[in-house]
Amino acid sequence: MHYSPVPLHIPDGFLSLIVSLICWAITAITLSAAVSRTNRSLGEKQVPLMGVMAAFIFAAQMINFPVAGGTSGHLLGGALAAITLGPWAGMLVMTAVIAVQALLFQDGGLLVMGANILNMGLVTAAIGYGLYRGVSGASRTAKLTVAGIAAWLSVMAGALLTSLQLWLSGTSQLQVVIPAMLVTHALIGIGETLITVAALAFILQTRPDLLDEKSPSARGSRGWVAAGILISLVVVLLSPFASANPDGLERVAGDLGFLSTGQSAPFKIIPDYAVPFLGSTPLSTILAGAIGVLVLIALVFIASRSLQKKA
Amino acid sequence: MHSDAFDRYHHGHSPIHSLDPRVKVLVTIAFILSNALLPDGAWIAFGLAWAFVLIANAISGLGIGFTLRRSFIAFPFALAAITVLFSIPGEPVSSFRFALWDFTITDAGMLRFVSIVIRSWLSVQLAILLVAVTEFPKIVHALRHLRVPAIITIIISFLYRYLFVLADEVMRLMRARQARSATVAGQGGGGSVAWRARVAGHMAGQLFLRSYERSDRVYNAMLSRGYKGELMTIHPHHFHDADWLAGLLSFASLILMQIAGRL
Repeated sequence: MHYSPVPLHIPDGFLSLIVSLICWAITAITLSAAVSRTNRSLGEKQVPLMGVMAAFIFAAQMINFPVAGGTSGHLLGGALAAITLGPWAGMLVMTAVIAVQALLFQDGGLLVMGANILNMGLVTAAIGYGLYRGVSGASRTAKLTVAGIAAWLSVMAGALLTSLQLWLSGTSQLQVVIPAMLVTHALIGIGETLITVAALAFILQTRPDLLDEKSPSARGSRGWVAAGILISLVVVLLSPFASANPDGLERVAGDLGFLSTGQSAPFKIIPDYAVPFLGSTPLSTILAGAIGVLVLIALVFIASRSLQKKA
Repeated sequence: MHSDAFDRYHHGHSPIHSLDPRVKVLVTIAFILSNALLPDGAWIAFGLAWAFVLIANAISGLGIGFTLRRSFIAFPFALAAITVLFSIPGEPVSSFRFALWDFTITDAGMLRFVSIVIRSWLSVQLAILLVAVTEFPKIVHALRHLRVPAIITIIISFLYRYLFVLADEVMRLMRARQARSATVAGQGGGGSVAWRARVAGHMAGQLFLRSYERSDRVYNAMLSRGYKGELMTIHPHHFHDADWLAGLLSFASLILMQIAGRL
């Protein structure tokens, strides 16, 4: 049995209490909106549907394809769930998947589950659904293209949020974690895109009625388009800025008071990052990122080899 | 596939097995919260927390080292924290050259890194013990009592119920792919990466349709058995004296750890 943990699942202990609680608060507010919307708009028939679809996402994450050198691509599924089931249902389904991964497999912590749900379930669903909803009347090619872009962006958004949370918790150094996470997940995101597009193409071919204008996936309001585009823009604009200029981001966070709240919290100190071994030139940032990526790739390689041996 | 491949519940009759699941869930969450609250380098408190884990292991009858063996799952993530070794100013402990840079590990950085890893390692152990001594449906039921919205706990129950069924389905799909993917020894298998990804995507699409149609049949079967939009249980939970006692003792030890961590 190969159940391969995804690097986005944060375990307990790696986020500070204050960051964990803020993420839980955002997640709880979003989820209570999702619960009240689904309770209002869905019939009782949708409940077994969402339950089995949650099991589908879980099982679909086990499907992988070999890429190169023992590494493999596979699916996270946040965008796919939101596109096929609608935004609120997609969020609830992803929440259930992440909760079971944490409770049953200890893949991801309990106190940080709010952050994990936010990164992998809520933001991915908002981007996936929002962008896809924008082209709901368009041609098949346009739909699939946008779905692919949305799938890639959703993974990048999850990686960016994870890096920011690790940095705000004082666990990782911004200069290293952002380039390392973003470059790795740019590659993971390609796998996500390819599988999502192929799966949607398959569904459009065989059961187009599940994705047409009357299906639950087309029922979300137009506001999702704005939300999806807005979050995507933040990811697209913030990622290069944060990778090339982490000091700038640190200063902005300082100006906005994020760092001071972190520092004044009784249990957490956000260290002032002095970099003894790297200057602040863009070149050293890129090199640091590249080293991080190499280490991560090596780790994934070793992990996948050892998992294969067991299987 | 048998559920044992996924489910980590171990049958047993220990006092911990028979506690009310609400107590176990609450104590686990409180324990993880307590670890997050402990300051860096609170070695005595970390030691007490580990003693707590070991005692819980011993009482559960699963063996004192039971959770230790499975507790390394979160270790790869320690990589995310590795930069604090070098980045926090402090007394240099050790330094080495790698490629173009000199790395200096500081004592403050080391303290922080070790503390992060220990917190994570302690937290994951009690979570492992929780699922090892509590049947998963009971954990979900406890979550319902702890005010998690019904729709989420119902989705989780369905996910748990059909996880094994759909995992079997995936296994069949993957076996079918493997059976049709003959390769000549010493040469790579067929197709470009994009082609392989498309095959995987079609498998995901196929699985989606099979799951979708299955959910229809599930719903019809449930209706025929009297489903009215809510799941019922024939195991109502009651707090007994033992539950109160275990809960109070656990919370008292957590408070002791917090005091020890701040001395």
